[in-house]
Amino acid sequence: MKQRAEPLILAHLWVAFVAFAIASVMGAAQMLSRSPLTAPAEGPEAYFISVTAHGTLMAYVLPTLFVMGFGYFVATTALARPLPGLRAAWLGFWLALVGTLLAALAVVTGRATVLYTFYPPLTGSALYYLGLVLVVVGSWIWIVLMILAMREWKYENPGRPVPLAMFATVANAVMWLWTTAGVAVELLFQVIPAALGWKDTIDVGLSRTLFSWTLHAIVYFWLIPAYIAFYTMLPQAAGGRLYSDTMGRIVFILFLLYSLPVGMHHLFMDPGHGTGFKFLQMMLTSLVTVPTLLTIFTIAASLEIAGRLRGGKGLFGWIAALPWHRPMVLAAGLSFVMLGLGGFGGLVNMGYGMNAMVHNTSWVTAHFHLIFGGSVVIMYFAIAYEIWPKLTGRRAVGTGAMRVQLWTWFIGVLVTTLPWHALGLGGQPRRVATFDFSEPQIAWWAPWILVSTVGGALMLASALLFIWNLVGFHRGPATGERHMTYALAVHPPMHLPRALNGFALWNWLVLFLMVVAYGYPIAQFFFVDGPPALIQRVTEAG
Amino acid sequence: MVERPMDERAILRTELRWVIVVAIAVLIIVGSIVISSAAVVLHPPSSVERIDPTTLHVSGEFVEDNLGAVQNRDGSVTVRLVATQFAFVPNCIVVPADRPVTFRITSPDVIHGLLIVGTNVNTMVMPGYVSEVRTTFPRTGEHLMPCHEFCGLGHSEMWSRVRVVEPAAWQPDENGRVSCETPARSPVEEAPEETPQ
Repeated sequence: MKQRAEPLILAHLWVAFVAFAIASVMGAAQMLSRSPLTAPAEGPEAYFISVTAHGTLMAYVLPTLFVMGFGYFVATTALARPLPGLRAAWLGFWLALVGTLLAALAVVTGRATVLYTFYPPLTGSALYYLGLVLVVVGSWIWIVLMILAMREWKYENPGRPVPLAMFATVANAVMWLWTTAGVAVELLFQVIPAALGWKDTIDVGLSRTLFSWTLHAIVYFWLIPAYIAFYTMLPQAAGGRLYSDTMGRIVFILFLLYSLPVGMHHLFMDPGHGTGFKFLQMMLTSLVTVPTLLTIFTIAASLEIAGRLRGGKGLFGWIAALPWHRPMVLAAGLSFVMLGLGGFGGLVNMGYGMNAMVHNTSWVTAHFHLIFGGSVVIMYFAIAYEIWPKLTGRRAVGTGAMRVQLWTWFIGVLVTTLPWHALGLGGQPRRVATFDFSEPQIAWWAPWILVSTVGGALMLASALLFIWNLVGFHRGPATGERHMTYALAVHPPMHLPRALNGFALWNWLVLFLMVVAYGYPIAQFFFVDGPPALIQRVTEAG
Repeated sequence: MVERPMDERAILRTELRWVIVVAIAVLIIVGSIVISSAAVVLHPPSSVERIDPTTLHVSGEFVEDNLGAVQNRDGSVTVRLVATQFAFVPNCIVVPADRPVTFRITSPDVIHGLLIVGTNVNTMVMPGYVSEVRTTFPRTGEHLMPCHEFCGLGHSEMWSRVRVVEPAAWQPDENGRVSCETPARSPVEEAPEETPQ
């Protein structure tokens, strides 16, 4: 790797993980607020400021900065060439950092208590939205650099397959460009003009539809680094090979196609859309299960190769033979368990009829904390543990603290989210600061909430241990070893059809799917005349 | 099998077999959802009906006198509600068990949500739109009805109640209305309450 990209990558990843640590403290405090115990800063204002900050940091800052930093790492290591436009990359970083700080300033001063999903006609300080726009613009620079890096590599290596890790990174970059279009239009044309006082009304149906465009695909943007690790790092860490490189490419293409035209499943309970398009997008949502189901097989087969090479025998003996002491292998195993549980809950959410049982209850909070907080973020940890030695040229003293950290996170996530599933089915709404447990109908919630609060404390402890472990790398013994090796496929591809080595065709298909899925649902707001809602400004603290 | 398991064709064959398994799994998932929504007519609330949020209190269906539970000519019940910062109006509703009930609700200010605990009555409430949910309560008892969408700092206080009574105890007044303040006309109303699960 070229020496000079490392500070850039570390800067991105440190901002991501510091944001994560701060938001973890807030998450634990929110759980106390909802429990029968007393939180450090009780009261609705502290709670909703905290929820807004927690969501903003966890959903926008952590994954965006992590994906950008990891993308720069892959581009320099997998392609083994310097990053094009290092200055532009630094510009993107500073935009994202300044944007984060502006948004945080608006939130902590109580001038943007609108939660990270905005909820117009509630309108906070323009600073909050402009800060987020800067973060997105910073990530757009990253998108361009990823596409350029792949294009230049292809030009230098005509006919050769783009390394899978980079192919997947560009798939995510292309998908992210499509993904951000919805929220960008909502912010630039609806919310920011309102926040600046240029408009007094807003069509809530349109803003929710635009946000839904972004809201599901963003989840796959968060998730894809975990899948890149499954395909290109895990087989190597386990001591085996990737079963199929081609299947990996197909999976990342399927993510690009099916993560976008499905966002309306977040609007099943909305009065702004008819059943037809809700049903269509539910059908498309069911296809998003395909890349994950394909991955389970390919990764299990890759691990089986590793296990048998290590002397594992019999139908399941290879599982015990895997090197579970390695953080990457352990994290992937725990990630799959959480992915399985969370995926099952997700099937209920996407159930066009079943959604009514769980919409906006703790069930949904449980679902995405299990999928994102659990199976994805644990892979962010594993990736960090894998690449930090390459970034710093230093190794950790041992992996014991990493294993403790990964196990604590896993147990913490399960203890937090399993009670939430039960509470959600029991009707506990999300986003409520405190409950009146003297009400006999909800008194039974209290012990379950206490159990989940313990899980939250475990997650917080694990988050802090993670930061401690990262700091440990910087203080560890120098090795000078910076070479990154990605997993080799059993049969590394020699030539590939163009469709499996680029995205031109798939972008046309995404466009087609988006026109079909979102064309009418968005257009209806322009030709069905409806009175808009009045903007309600919440820019004053208190 | 005597062929080498890591042969490229053998790998492809195992993957194709797995693709078939995946296809069957997805078909089962989609099939069960399609059949349940078609056979039981299980649809999410999707009325797509617009209304001017600024004139709700002045004229039309959602003026204050017209809110609450009312009996229709065919014996079904319509409940009209306004979700506002930070209360449902009215904040207590009485409905009869075993009769079709239609909830119609809108908001004059910001987004709210409605959830009747222990049932699958659930809808977003958006300013500018009327949400309509139809249901039948099979059992008597009292349900909590919290607002389930963030609507401002007072959101956590926005809880109301739905009381489900025996059909015989549900006696409309001369305007066809029943409210929580209406004196009980039958002892059956004191039916034991259930804990929602």
